[in-house]
Amino acid sequence: MNAAPAKKKRINIKPYLFLIPSFVIFGLFVFYPFVKTVALSFTWTDLSGNPIEFAGLDIYKRIFSSERFLNSLVVSLKFAALVGIGSFLAGFVLAAIANERQRMSQMYEVPFALPMAIASAPASVIWFMIYTPNGFANYLLKTDVNILLSVNLAIYAVALVTIWLNMGVSFIFLLTGLRNVPADLLESASIDGAGRLRRLIQISIPIASPQIFFVIFLNITTSFQSFAQIRLLTQGGPEYSTDILVYSIYRNAITDGRFETAFAQSVVLFVIILCFTLLQFRFENRGVHYQ
Amino acid sequence: MRTHNRLTGALFYLLKVLIALAIICPVLYAISASFMTNADLASWPPRFLPSAGTTNNYRMALRSVPLFRFLLNSFIVCAIVIAAQVVTASCTAYAFSFFEFKGRKILFLVVLMTMMIPQDATIIANYLTISKLHLTDTYTALVLPYLTAAMGIFLMRQYYLTVPKELKEAATIDGCGDVRFLVNILMPISTPAIASLCIYVFIQTYNQFLWPLLVTNTMDKRTVQVGMQMLQNSEAVEYGIVLAGAVMILIPSVLVFIIGQKYLIKGMTAGAVKG
Repeated sequence: MNAAPAKKKRINIKPYLFLIPSFVIFGLFVFYPFVKTVALSFTWTDLSGNPIEFAGLDIYKRIFSSERFLNSLVVSLKFAALVGIGSFLAGFVLAAIANERQRMSQMYEVPFALPMAIASAPASVIWFMIYTPNGFANYLLKTDVNILLSVNLAIYAVALVTIWLNMGVSFIFLLTGLRNVPADLLESASIDGAGRLRRLIQISIPIASPQIFFVIFLNITTSFQSFAQIRLLTQGGPEYSTDILVYSIYRNAITDGRFETAFAQSVVLFVIILCFTLLQFRFENRGVHYQ
Repeated sequence: MRTHNRLTGALFYLLKVLIALAIICPVLYAISASFMTNADLASWPPRFLPSAGTTNNYRMALRSVPLFRFLLNSFIVCAIVIAAQVVTASCTAYAFSFFEFKGRKILFLVVLMTMMIPQDATIIANYLTISKLHLTDTYTALVLPYLTAAMGIFLMRQYYLTVPKELKEAATIDGCGDVRFLVNILMPISTPAIASLCIYVFIQTYNQFLWPLLVTNTMDKRTVQVGMQMLQNSEAVEYGIVLAGAVMILIPSVLVFIIGQKYLIKGMTAGAVKG
């Protein structure tokens, strides 16, 4: 009888021991670099990234008055819109046509999802070949342009590669969403005379809306981190028309050794992605229909 | 009526297979083009199939860069990261699912927060950490930040929540300690979740580009994705050779995907279905 209160006082350290490995890594490679990034965005640094002198808001003032940075922001947002909407639409069409269960469906389901296994580096190399002046893109469009060197077209070309890479993941999540729709609900609508398309729009889409929002936001947030495509296809060019934020960060830090600029831009990247994440939470909690 | 339905069904199936082919068309084209001569690659209108197959591009690709070395490096990095994540995710998820302790909610929130900090926003600071520690060009640098991840922790926790608490109570009464319970009882019954985790982490790690680009600068430690860039950047090399390299690099991740897609998809969508 005396053992109980004594036991209550003793703190069981076991669960903490099991948490140590993960939390050490998180501390060293997520939270420490995050704090460091924020701190160094207020500090002038030397060519190896060591802090020299407190800068206050000067670095932010400088980047927000830099035309190249503002361009980079616009390009990132445009790219995010293209990739977010494009990957969703592509994934949704695939999910809608694969929704009905069928024998031998692996024949198309596996290829629909396959792009998610493909790395952006080899994908870029393959699409580079398609985009060359005598490649299939020009052949099919009956044009004669160097797509990746065109200020107007390059961003669409890179976005298309990214959409292609993302559509597999979008397909999987959206298919899960559509297959979540109760069969009896669709059946009774069908008896009431609702066609395939009407059932999709009026029943399936509202019920699958959590997955739909999830996929759109997932694609937007990953689009901000598309590095390999830019690196291998355009290097941010022509005339900085594909210079998305993450590429600009890389260029400032690694090519030019301007770490303070890279850090301030990293903070901006973080804030943008955070805004989208919070927006997603809002959608999830309010405007979305749950069963 | 019946035959009509069957016919539309068959046509619809055919249409889906055609769309599937269109989606993987760039990959099929790359495979075909990797066997083309330079004349074939430069022809107008562009060719989809080689006029006469040549394996020259593959031989040249293997001669221009140490591709097998890159592959070996990628496999070593993947193996370490996978093993580490299985251990760290299992331990972390175990603590969160089988114990009541002070700060549990806050610590779980901390794990959730790691997902809110995008990797690319901290990657330059991590790069500086690695170079300060003089770890550039080591396997340690390639794997260190990826030894644990929130995704794996959630995946394992999701699975552990389905395991009845009585199992642990019974094991404790039988004198089974925590580590033994985790290793000998919990992990063996979680093999489906561990399989999902392994496949997911393999594809993600194998396909990494920016981090290995930042922390390696010798042939000795470069991974395949960075090797891909080197192959494309070497001006002297013809494009058929680059495509041959791309095809070789794609084989492991595509194979793992095809073999493990069931587990991969289960793992990915485990937390995505609500309601």
